Amino acid sequence: MKRFRFNQQEIVFVVFAALFLAFSIFLNGFLTADNMLTLLQNVAVLGILGLAMAIVVIGRGIDLSLIATLAVPGGLVLQMVQNGHSLPASLLAAGLLSIAIGLVNGWLIAYAEVPPLFATLATGLFVAGLGQAALFQLDVVQWSDGMAGFERLGQGSILGIPTSIVMFAIACLVVFVLLRRTRWGAYIYAIGDNPFAARVTGIPSRPIVVLQYVLAALIGCFAGLVMAASVNSMPTRIFNSTLIYDVILVVVLGGIGLSGGRGGVVNVIIGTLLIGTMLNGMTILNIPYAGQNLIKGVVLLIAVITDTFLNPRNEETAQQGDI
Amino acid sequence: MRETLTRLRYRYWPDHLLGEILSKRWTETAVPVILLLIVGFALSQSLEHFLSPSSLADTARQAGEIGFIGLGMGLVVIAGGIDLSVGSMFALTDFCALYLLDVLEWPVPAVIIATMAVGGLLGAVNGLLIGYLRLRAFITTLITLIIYRSAFDLLIQRYSNAIASAFPDIPSWNFIGGGDVLGVPSVALVYIVVAIFGHIFLTRLRPGWHITAIGGSRRSAYNSGIPVRRTIALCYVASGVLTSIGALFFAARLGTVGGDIGVGLEVIVLTATVLGGITLGGGKGSVVKSLVGVLVVLLITNGLTAMNARGGVNRMALASILLAAAMIDIRWQKNRTRIISKVYVAPTYHALPPPPPTEIGQGGPFEQNDKLRNVTLIGLGRIEAPEDVILDRNDVLYAGSRHGDIIRFFPPDYESMEVFAHIGGQPLGMAFDRQDNLYVCIGGMGLYRITSDGTVQKATDETNRSLYSVNDDSRLRLADDLDITDDGLIFFSEATVRYEMDEWPVDGLEARGNGRIICYDTKTGATHTALRGLKFPNGVAVASDGESILFAETFGCSIKRYWFAGPRKGAVEIVMDNLPGYPDNINLASDGNYWLALVGMRSPSLDLAWKMPGFRRRMAKRVPIDEWLFPNINTGCVVKFNEQGKILESFWDLKGVNHPMITSMREHRGYLYLGGIANNRIGRFKLENADPDFVHYDKRWRKPS
Repeated sequence: MKRFRFNQQEIVFVVFAALFLAFSIFLNGFLTADNMLTLLQNVAVLGILGLAMAIVVIGRGIDLSLIATLAVPGGLVLQMVQNGHSLPASLLAAGLLSIAIGLVNGWLIAYAEVPPLFATLATGLFVAGLGQAALFQLDVVQWSDGMAGFERLGQGSILGIPTSIVMFAIACLVVFVLLRRTRWGAYIYAIGDNPFAARVTGIPSRPIVVLQYVLAALIGCFAGLVMAASVNSMPTRIFNSTLIYDVILVVVLGGIGLSGGRGGVVNVIIGTLLIGTMLNGMTILNIPYAGQNLIKGVVLLIAVITDTFLNPRNEETAQQGDI
Repeated sequence: MRETLTRLRYRYWPDHLLGEILSKRWTETAVPVILLLIVGFALSQSLEHFLSPSSLADTARQAGEIGFIGLGMGLVVIAGGIDLSVGSMFALTDFCALYLLDVLEWPVPAVIIATMAVGGLLGAVNGLLIGYLRLRAFITTLITLIIYRSAFDLLIQRYSNAIASAFPDIPSWNFIGGGDVLGVPSVALVYIVVAIFGHIFLTRLRPGWHITAIGGSRRSAYNSGIPVRRTIALCYVASGVLTSIGALFFAARLGTVGGDIGVGLEVIVLTATVLGGITLGGGKGSVVKSLVGVLVVLLITNGLTAMNARGGVNRMALASILLAAAMIDIRWQKNRTRIISKVYVAPTYHALPPPPPTEIGQGGPFEQNDKLRNVTLIGLGRIEAPEDVILDRNDVLYAGSRHGDIIRFFPPDYESMEVFAHIGGQPLGMAFDRQDNLYVCIGGMGLYRITSDGTVQKATDETNRSLYSVNDDSRLRLADDLDITDDGLIFFSEATVRYEMDEWPVDGLEARGNGRIICYDTKTGATHTALRGLKFPNGVAVASDGESILFAETFGCSIKRYWFAGPRKGAVEIVMDNLPGYPDNINLASDGNYWLALVGMRSPSLDLAWKMPGFRRRMAKRVPIDEWLFPNINTGCVVKFNEQGKILESFWDLKGVNHPMITSMREHRGYLYLGGIANNRIGRFKLENADPDFVHYDKRWRKPS
C-alpha cells in the first residue's frame, strides 16, 4: 500500500502518456500544431487554477470560489478599461478585489470556523452575484482599445514557447518556492497534516489559513487575466460551468490528497497534463458537452474513491462535523 | 438616592429572564420564526398582492415542493452529512415522471411509484458512497450533482420535444398539480402529513434517535451499537425519495422539462436548512426548523423577484444569508454553554442593616461561647452530609447521607448503624407523620415517604406550573425541609427554582426571591404552591396554634410565620429579621420554644456585596466560579427562640473542633442531636434543664395508647 501511494504520480503520468499516445495514433487532428497550441492554452489556465487549489488543499481546505475569483476580478479589469479607466488602476482594483475575497474566505474559515467547502461555496456565489448585479453590463466583457498590449499575457510566444505556458511555468516556480523554500510553506504543510498539532506547536495557524486563501484568490485572478488575454474577452458566465470540477480533478488526480499535508507543484503539473489531454481528446471526438461532464464526473468520482482509500481520513485529527 | 435607584432598577427589571430564555431549547427555533414574521410583514407592506389568496396558494405550492427537498436535506444534515445533489435529482426525477407519463403513457399511480423508486435509487448511490465507502459527503454529492445533471442534459436533448408535445389530461394528475381541498393546495396537504410523521419519527421513534445520535457523535453512536453506515446510507435514500416527491408535484404543476430546472436548488435548500437552525455537522434539528427555513428563503427570493431585482442580487442575498446563518449557528453552538453560564447568574439588590453583635464581651443573645465543645460524636467518618437528623419514638436516630441513603443508628450508644432505605437523591429535611412514616425532602427529586418497614414511596415531585415563569417550575428542584400539620398537610420549602442541588450556594450570590413554600395534602395527594418569591426558604416548623408555620429564609436572614388556616389565613408576618447568620432548620424544643440552626454567619463583605448587584454580576462574568464571593457556611451556631421573636440562648463551638457547621438539630430525651451538610459526623450534646422524657413525635402526635 505504501509503495503504491509513493508511485501515484508516476501511475498518473503513465496514464497520461498512454492516453496521449492513443489519441495521437487514433485521433485525426490531435497531434497537430494548432491543436497542441489549444491544448496547452487550455491547460495553462487550468494549471494555474490547479496551483491555487493545491495551496489550499495542502492546508486541508478547499476553495470553491476560485472560478468566481477567476471571472470577476478579470472581468472587472476589462470592464473598467472599457469604461475609460487606465489599465494600471484597473489592475490595482482587481488585485484589491481578489485580496478582499481571499481575506473574507480566510476569515470565515479560520476565525468564524465555517467549514471551508461551505464558506467558499457561499462566497463564490456572492462574488458571482456581485459581478452579475453590479459590475458587468454584459455577460461577456469585451476587449477594448485601452487593453492594447495586454493580450501578450496570453497570446504569442516567448522563445518559441506559447506565452500562456510561460505564465504557467512562472506560477509553478513561484508556488514551488513558496511551498518548499519558505517558512510559510512549511507552516501550510504542517497545518494540513495536523491542524491541532500545528497550533499547539505555536504556528500562527489562523493567519496562515487566511494567507492560503488570499494567495489562492490572487492566483485565481492571475489565471483570469491570462485567460482573458488569450481569448480577448472575459466570458463571466464561466462561473456556471463545471470548470471547478476540472480544477479539483487536477489536484486529486495529480495526487494531492484532500486530507491535506501532501503533494506539491509536480502533482499539479501531472494532473493538469492528464486532464488537459482528456478534455482535448473528448472535444475532438465530438462528445457533447453534457457527455463530457458525465465522463469527467465519473472519473472524478473514481479519483475521490481512490483518494479515500489511499489517503484515508485521519480519525485522530478529523473533526466532528467535518463534511 | 443612588441606592434607591439601584433598588428600584433591580426590583422591577427582570434580569433573570435573559439567562432562562437563552437556556431554553426553543430559542433556537424562535429566532428563525421571528425572522419569518419580520420578512412576511415587510413583504406584505411592500408588495401589493402578497396576501391575496391566489398569491398565498402559489407560495404554498412552491413551499411544499421545496419543503419536501428541505426535509430530505434536513435529515441528511442532522445525520452529520450534506446532500448537494438534490437539485440534479430533482431535475432527473421530474424528467422521469414526465417521460413515464407523456411518452410511455403509464398510469398515474405507477408513475408516482416509479419516480419515487428512481429518486430512492439516485439517493442510494450517494448513500452507498458516503455511508458504506465513507467518502466525504460534500465532495461526493458535489460530484453526483454534476453526474446527474449531465445525465439529465443528455436525456432532455433526446426527449424534450416528445414531452413538450404531449398534453396529458388526467384528472388525478391535474389534482396533484393544481388541486386543492378547501383552498389548501394538494402539495401543502401532503407536506403537512409527511411533516407530522417526520416530527414523530425524529422525536419519538428509535430510527430518528439513531440519526440524531450519529449526527451528534458518529464515533459514540458506533460504539453504542447503532448501525452507523446503514443509517447514514438510508438517510441519503430518504433524501432522494423526498426530492422525487417534490419533483412529482412540480412536474404535475408545470409539465415541462426546461434545461435549468433545479439549477442552484441545492443552494436554496441548503440556505433554508441552515437558516432554519439545523446545525451543520449534525446532531440538532427539527421538522419545524426545516419548514421555517424554507419559508423564509422562499419569501425572500420571491420577494426579490417580484421587486424586479437582477439575478445577481438574488445570488448575493442567498449567499449572504447562508453565510450569516452558518456563522451565527457555528459560533452559538460553540459558545452556548459559556454564554448561558455568563448571563444566567442575575444578582439583585438585597440590603440588610448591620447585624447584631456576636463577639465575646459585647453581650446580647448571640454572644459567642464554647458550650458545644463537649459534644460527643456519632458515626464519625462513617456518615457523610447528614443535613437533618431525627429520632423516632424508640430512640432510633435517622440521618440522610450524600450517597442517597437514609442511615439509622441504634440506641443506647448509637454505635451500630445500618442503611435504612436507599432513595438515590440527597436527603435533606425529615419528619415523622402520625403513622410513623418518615417523610423526607430529597434535593433534586421531591418529597418522598418511607414506611416503617423501609419501603420508599414518592409523595410528590411536582407542583402547579406558574403562568409567567420561563423556567419550568412545576418540577421540584430543591425541596429542603418540611413539617406536618395536624390535618395531614405537609408544608415544605423549595429553596430555589433556578438552581440545581449542587449549585445552591450560587442562589445566595444572587439573593433573589427564587424559593417557595409548597403544600402537599396527604389525604388527596394534591400539591400546590403556597408562597413564592422567598429568599431561599429553608427550615419549616408548625407553630403552636396549629394554624400557621414558622419558616426560615436563609439568605433573607429572617424567620417568618405564615397562616394557612384560621382567621388570619394567608397572612405572612416577620417573626425575626436581621439575624447575624443564615438560618436553616427549625425544630420544636421541649419547653415549647424552637431550636434554630444558623448554617453560617454573615460577613461585612458579602453584606456590602449584596447591596451592589452590578459588582456581583461582573464577578460572575469575569471570575472563575471557585473564586466567587460566596456566603460563609463554615461556622454557625444553634439558637433557641420563641414565637414572639426573642432569642433565648445560643450555643457555639468557638474552636471549631467538633461541630462548627450546623444545619439541623433535634432535641430528644435531654440531648440535642446536631447535623450538618458538610459534616462527617452527628453531634450529641447534653442539655441542662431540659425535659429528660421529651420525645418530639410523642409530643407532636400524642403517645400511642
